[in-house]
Amino acid sequence: MTLLQTQNLSAFYGDFQALFDVSVGVEEGETVAIIGANGAGKTTFLRAVVGALETGPDMVLFEGQPIGHHTAHDIVRLGIAMAPEGRRLFPSLSVEENLLLGGYSKRPGPWNLKRVYELFPRLHELRRLPATDLSGGQQQMTTVGRALMSNPRLLLCDELSLGLAPVVIRDIYECLGKITAEGTTVVLVEQDINRALDASARFYCFQEGKLALTAPTKGFDRAAISAAYFGI
Amino acid sequence: MEWLNTIIQGTLLGGIYALFAIGLSLSFGIMRLVNIAHGDLIVLSAYVALVVGQGTGLDPISSLIIVVPVMFLVGYALQRGLLNQTLSGGLLPPLLVSFGISIIIQNGLLQGFGAYTHRLQEGAIETASLRFPGGIAVGVYPLLVFGVALLALASLQILFYQTGLGRAFRAVSDDADTAELMGVDNRKLYAVALGIAMIFTAIAGVLFAIRTNFDPAAGPIRLILAFEAVIIGGLGSMWGTLIGGIVLGIAQSVGAALSPTWQILAGHLAFLVILIIRPSGLFPRTRD
Amino acid sequence: METVRVERGTRTSYIFPAVALIALAVLIAMPWWGEAGQMRLVAEMAYYLALAQLWNLLAGYAGLVSVGQQAYVGLGGYALFYLTGALNVNVYVALLIAGPFAGLLSIPVSIAVFRLRGAYFAIGTWVVSEVFALSASLIAVLGAGSGLSLTPAIVRQIAPDRAGRETMLYLMTLAVSAIVFGVVYLLLRSRHGLALTAIRDSEPASASLGVNTFRTKFIIYIVTAACTGLVGGLIFLQKLRISPEAGFSINDWTVVVIFMVVIGGIGTLEGPFIGMLVFIVLRELLADYGAYYLILMGALAIIVMLKAPSGIWGYISHRFNIELFPVGRRLALAPAEDGGKK
Repeated sequence: MTLLQTQNLSAFYGDFQALFDVSVGVEEGETVAIIGANGAGKTTFLRAVVGALETGPDMVLFEGQPIGHHTAHDIVRLGIAMAPEGRRLFPSLSVEENLLLGGYSKRPGPWNLKRVYELFPRLHELRRLPATDLSGGQQQMTTVGRALMSNPRLLLCDELSLGLAPVVIRDIYECLGKITAEGTTVVLVEQDINRALDASARFYCFQEGKLALTAPTKGFDRAAISAAYFGI
Repeated sequence: MEWLNTIIQGTLLGGIYALFAIGLSLSFGIMRLVNIAHGDLIVLSAYVALVVGQGTGLDPISSLIIVVPVMFLVGYALQRGLLNQTLSGGLLPPLLVSFGISIIIQNGLLQGFGAYTHRLQEGAIETASLRFPGGIAVGVYPLLVFGVALLALASLQILFYQTGLGRAFRAVSDDADTAELMGVDNRKLYAVALGIAMIFTAIAGVLFAIRTNFDPAAGPIRLILAFEAVIIGGLGSMWGTLIGGIVLGIAQSVGAALSPTWQILAGHLAFLVILIIRPSGLFPRTRD
Repeated sequence: METVRVERGTRTSYIFPAVALIALAVLIAMPWWGEAGQMRLVAEMAYYLALAQLWNLLAGYAGLVSVGQQAYVGLGGYALFYLTGALNVNVYVALLIAGPFAGLLSIPVSIAVFRLRGAYFAIGTWVVSEVFALSASLIAVLGAGSGLSLTPAIVRQIAPDRAGRETMLYLMTLAVSAIVFGVVYLLLRSRHGLALTAIRDSEPASASLGVNTFRTKFIIYIVTAACTGLVGGLIFLQKLRISPEAGFSINDWTVVVIFMVVIGGIGTLEGPFIGMLVFIVLRELLADYGAYYLILMGALAIIVMLKAPSGIWGYISHRFNIELFPVGRRLALAPAEDGGKK
């Protein structure tokens, strides 16, 4: 079924319009990629979905229900979680405490501390350290683990690969594969186009706040993507 | 050995100042909110205890059973109803709204109770003292208050580092927006935070009112004392606040030993000197 | 082709000063048509207005929210009493010294309090004021706890007869209030005023553009302290007595002033006028009800801060696009001078 649907989603930062009539649909179990240049509106889109940005009530539908006016903390309880851009771990908390905080909403499901450590074994060794003492890749794993702790039906990943070495990115995307194998629906925002397209079944390309292109990723012509990406 | 007595008295005085400071520290640490009405809430607690005592015949310390929940609710309501709306407006709204609350409490108490001074009566414990060799005398009551301060700080330590609620407080203090993305209802959490701050404020209010005369205008000086303890100790450090209170208490004690009318002034001067020499306090910890 | 030019005022703002000048003339003539009680009330309004304008300059424009300006009221008052009483200085000369004296003392104060920010700065200024109050209550030559009184001989220096004194004090208060207002107005119209507004809007941004934020704030703090000291001297000259509690009273000199500015409209020149009027009206209306008018003002200040942070005047001026004392600069489209041939 359609897990997430946005209908003519427009969003503003004060007087500045960041999104123009964006309509995106995500089926349950899919992995969908959102690509686009800096400032194209990808993060704004995720923030609008997760409730960090106010939108019209019917502009975002989750499991068919309008959530546009819900607060972010309510939306987490409904089953959407985010691994934010820049990781945003809590510096005063240890790795384990960050993960535990992810479970604040106490949603039932397959993910718990033990299973997150099984997915990211390295984190178990580092669990007592302040989260910000970790390397970039380990912090990214903590961020994803923290989001998983709320047992989301829909996981939004914002720029997983930002600032990370290729080897590390590869490891993270492998773990992502294990997450989707559990049936979690994933929306992936990425600047690294190839990674994003390799991991997803469909993609949306944003350009200056508008939807420029959408198609299944398999076999799609990369040149056409570049054209949409840069607005040529 | 007079100077030793002075130091001991000053140290124990630090206990009540640390208790005054806890509420202020909590609301600044979690919400970045400096509550100008803090001193008046301490005094309000004393008046609530007065009323409860007159109504039930309970002695002040026992009356805490009622005073503490009442003040928790007052704090919760204040934050949820008024102060939460000031948090995104910059510097002026929280300051001026809490200032308005301060004036309303002071004048409300004045209208309700008149300008008379009161004191809560706890009985013999107020004047009992322990004698040690060498002419050292330690008041039982100040020792008790200091013990309560230690207990309070220890319980806060447990709250912050061993409980889920404390974890949420620390997360919100780090990054309120991301905490919200994890499912934390910030507005409710802030209200709980001020409620908890009021628990300690209520205890501080009752304990101080047993030893000191109070009237509706007694709030501002309590705010200043709490503030001085926090700044001397260093923003963001709970145990630093205890040290700050002790330094303040000792400074006042030394001043009082020179001349009783010098007590408060000596504390202010110590505060200003430390502010000029070491503005971030003795044990600063806040990340801003 | 249209060009853009910078305008300093709207049409209303050119009419209003004319009206204001007429009102001022009427007030100046009051000794000849009014009674002593009325004059004292107008004088009180005038000095409250001055204090409000000064606090507004400090908090609303320079972003320095001080809860300790009463320190300078007291310092000015005590300077006046000490100079005239112990040092036999003429009362007018003493008044002229009171202001700069307060300004001078604000320099070491600023060294301490400028280390604090935001609400902590506010409480810090309060502590400093308490230090002055406590010190005054401990110093014998300042009358310790009971304070000082002006002797009849000193009082006679103002003017030989009672009516003359009433008139002189009244006119002096009006004059000082007008001067304070003029100073604030000209300051805000100048480059410094623009700098202040920039600092208030964003300190890091204005610093990056070369505005020396520290020096600007420092100068504003000292100037405000000096003017507040002058007003303080004048206030206590009229009261004939000063004590630590009265001279450094936060309730009398700061609480009501803050409420006036906030309710009237912080950060605007017109706001303090409106706030002062609201205060006086409420106080007179609720005179028989004890402290209720203060509770009401506190509640009003809270409501204003939450619902209409720019105060009564801010609300009116946005709604109707009026500015009575133009300090801003507006961009206006103007037709090209040569009739469009470009």
